[in-house]
Amino acid sequence: MALSTERLGLYNPDKPMENRLTDLGPRHFWQYFPPVIQNNYGKWDYHDILEPGVLVHVAENGDKVFTVRCGGCRFMTVENIREICDIADKHCDGYLRFTTRNNIEFMVDSQDKMEALKKDLESRKHVSGSYKFPIGGTGAGVTNIVHTQGYIHCHTPATDASSMVKAVMDDLFDYFQGMTLPAQVRVSMACCLNMCGAVHCSDIALLGYHRKPPIIDNEVLDQYCEIPLVIAACPTAAISPTKTEDGKKTVKIKNERCMFCGNCYTMCMALPLSDYEGDCVTVLAGGKISNRISPPKFSKVVVPALPNNFPRFPEVCADVKKIIETYASDANKYERIGDWAERIGWEKFFEKCDLPFSEHLIDDYRLQYDTYRTSTQFKYTEASWAVSKAAEALSE
Amino acid sequence: MAFEPNEEQKVLKYDELRIYSDEELNNYTDEELKEFKCKHDIPDMDELEKGPWPSFVADCKREALHRRNLADDRMMIDRDVVEDMLGQLQVSFDEGETHWKHGGIVGVFGYGGGVIGRYSDLQERFPSIAHFHTMRINQPASKFYSSDYLRCVCDLWEYRGSGLMNLHGSTGDIICIGTFTEQLEPIFYELGHVLQQDLGGSGSNLRTPACCIGKARCEWSCIDTQAMCYELTHYYQDELHRPAFPYKFKFKFDGCPNGCVASIARSDMSFIGTWKDDIRIDQEAVQAYIGGEFAPNAGAHAGKDWGKFDIEKEVVNLCPTNCMWMEDGKLMIDNKECTRCMHCINTMPRALKPGVETGVSILFGAKAPILDGAQMSLLTIPFMKCEPPYDNIKEVVEKIWEWWPEEGKNRERLGELIQRQGVAKLLKVLGIPPMPQMVTEPRSNPYIFWKEEDVPGGWDRDINDYRSRHAI
Repeated sequence: MALSTERLGLYNPDKPMENRLTDLGPRHFWQYFPPVIQNNYGKWDYHDILEPGVLVHVAENGDKVFTVRCGGCRFMTVENIREICDIADKHCDGYLRFTTRNNIEFMVDSQDKMEALKKDLESRKHVSGSYKFPIGGTGAGVTNIVHTQGYIHCHTPATDASSMVKAVMDDLFDYFQGMTLPAQVRVSMACCLNMCGAVHCSDIALLGYHRKPPIIDNEVLDQYCEIPLVIAACPTAAISPTKTEDGKKTVKIKNERCMFCGNCYTMCMALPLSDYEGDCVTVLAGGKISNRISPPKFSKVVVPALPNNFPRFPEVCADVKKIIETYASDANKYERIGDWAERIGWEKFFEKCDLPFSEHLIDDYRLQYDTYRTSTQFKYTEASWAVSKAAEALSE
Repeated sequence: MAFEPNEEQKVLKYDELRIYSDEELNNYTDEELKEFKCKHDIPDMDELEKGPWPSFVADCKREALHRRNLADDRMMIDRDVVEDMLGQLQVSFDEGETHWKHGGIVGVFGYGGGVIGRYSDLQERFPSIAHFHTMRINQPASKFYSSDYLRCVCDLWEYRGSGLMNLHGSTGDIICIGTFTEQLEPIFYELGHVLQQDLGGSGSNLRTPACCIGKARCEWSCIDTQAMCYELTHYYQDELHRPAFPYKFKFKFDGCPNGCVASIARSDMSFIGTWKDDIRIDQEAVQAYIGGEFAPNAGAHAGKDWGKFDIEKEVVNLCPTNCMWMEDGKLMIDNKECTRCMHCINTMPRALKPGVETGVSILFGAKAPILDGAQMSLLTIPFMKCEPPYDNIKEVVEKIWEWWPEEGKNRERLGELIQRQGVAKLLKVLGIPPMPQMVTEPRSNPYIFWKEEDVPGGWDRDINDYRSRHAI
């Protein structure tokens, strides 16, 4: 049965339950494995990265699979996917895969095929000049940025995703195509605190953030929202019930208690937060997922707010680059950004990266004490002398 | 190894299923594309075509032109959908705010998830994206595909949707962005009947499970992540499609502690492959690393000259538990002290391999910051065997699903419930004893919530009896 071209296809709106198929689940993975993967499933012996973006996995019986990894936009059109399919048909017997970080992987079973594949991929460019399938994203470099929907599809973003990722990756392109860093650097991007991209354990996380409390749409609030749910949704108990002058049920907000999480807006469309000047980009650093050497860690806020400077976010790009370049020149082999910052001390991280330290970076939420330094072990930096100088001035 | 799908899989041949002819698929030239002008003025979009990284705008323009050149009756939603999306994106940049309305409850009959309603708030300016609903398609485990399958999805989505997609969404689904309400049921029917393919999860249900590449192409995977992901996804279809939970619930399957699918940071129930015997050592290969014949870390650092490989400095001294040493030129490991961090294995993959007695560590409660801050998963079950049909795993899952839906508050993730009711409650639910491995250190405050049954003689006391001994 071919795909239907009728306006409503096979669906009969008069009998919606007729011949309905449900709970089929995903298709089985095995049929999508090329023969070399099927034949060696669970029997891989080792792998090597032959050059940035090119891996060879060797099976116990000597079989080899060569993988060419390409960066890509996770947001893509069917035209792009068809071109990916053309490449898979031409070189890979019609098989391909995507990685968790939105890279595209083409696999072949010989070195010759790999060389031909590489040449083909490198030759493909959009008419306006950007690569369609840049090869890279392996080893001690920067791989693709995982990200969220942003203005393309989301109703709660504090910034845009696809454009920021494009701008940052343009800037980090050499790191994507090279393996010159002390360890891998995972950059992630989420357009609001909901973090459908779960960026909170990334070497560098870019996070859209609102900075103005919700505007209360008294006219429609009671009509669209369950007021008790809205009140319960606020983690700082800033929202309470009230009535308008003309007697309509609504809510009031203690603005000084708002930490701009947007959870109330998720519950209630009558409390929008977004704002041209208020919305910003927060940069976090030093998180990781892997258990390698040190346990997984959360990313820490290192830049509280950068402007939403569309479409290329020059301030964000500059700070990301500054962190990565400082890390590249200062960290030991195998050290992730977080491991490096802990070894040198976060005070040195700010000094070396030339990032200002503001009061916004000291936790004042619920578990703030966990991050207090309760020790006399510290390193002197300009920031510490500035404190001493200010303290001396008090006594003069 | 036997790999049997739960039901027979239809073989999908694009040539038998396709909608568009080759002529229709190749309906524009590069010259036309260079000349293409979007119907809206989009200066910021044009700027995003520059630079080396793949431009999503350049890609969108291809699809826009492709749609312009298709016949009117060859797509069920407006041909301008891509151009209108770019137009609205430009307005969002100009104004620094999104133009998608809040929410919108749409879906397919009988399911409470898989479709996300979306409407533009600039419908008069951009009528072809007035509705812009998302459909999530449950991806195959670890995201291998045949071109036949993907081409079918492309034809279906271009014909009945915008042709705009995510490969993949953060949770793992194939995301199809932008269609009208009218086409939701037809797309679902085509997916099920023609492609034998279901939707994924959204809302307060089991979200589409995801796994790492596992045994398909990784020598370190201690568990069969694909098989497990496939089995649990199929076994829990009801929970995936029909929201009955306080909030979302995620399973993710990592084959080893490297954690390529990030289960420890983003799944309510994280499965991470591990082993309980000894790291396998090939001493000859160790010598080859020392001698420089093999590149350390599989060549991951080849872009910079880090000097000659030094096994003491790069492996032995970086071991977090100091459980390794060199003795008479041999690498020795005190395995009972090893915490399986993978560093030595990652650094010398040809010399060291995980043990062969493998299983899974199960951790609970990871989530992103909404609402009470981000959490990583709590190590709870240190080691469990992990063989099909995974009945032991399912028992653990179901114990959690008896507790959390019953006691969790609206929009409370499992991790938050664990914090609210305490780890002791989690252990009681699971019927397991506590272990020091569950914490980084014991508590430093003595504010123990003693229970009456913990204390000799109970709590029921008589004040008169007390007064008989103590005058006021």
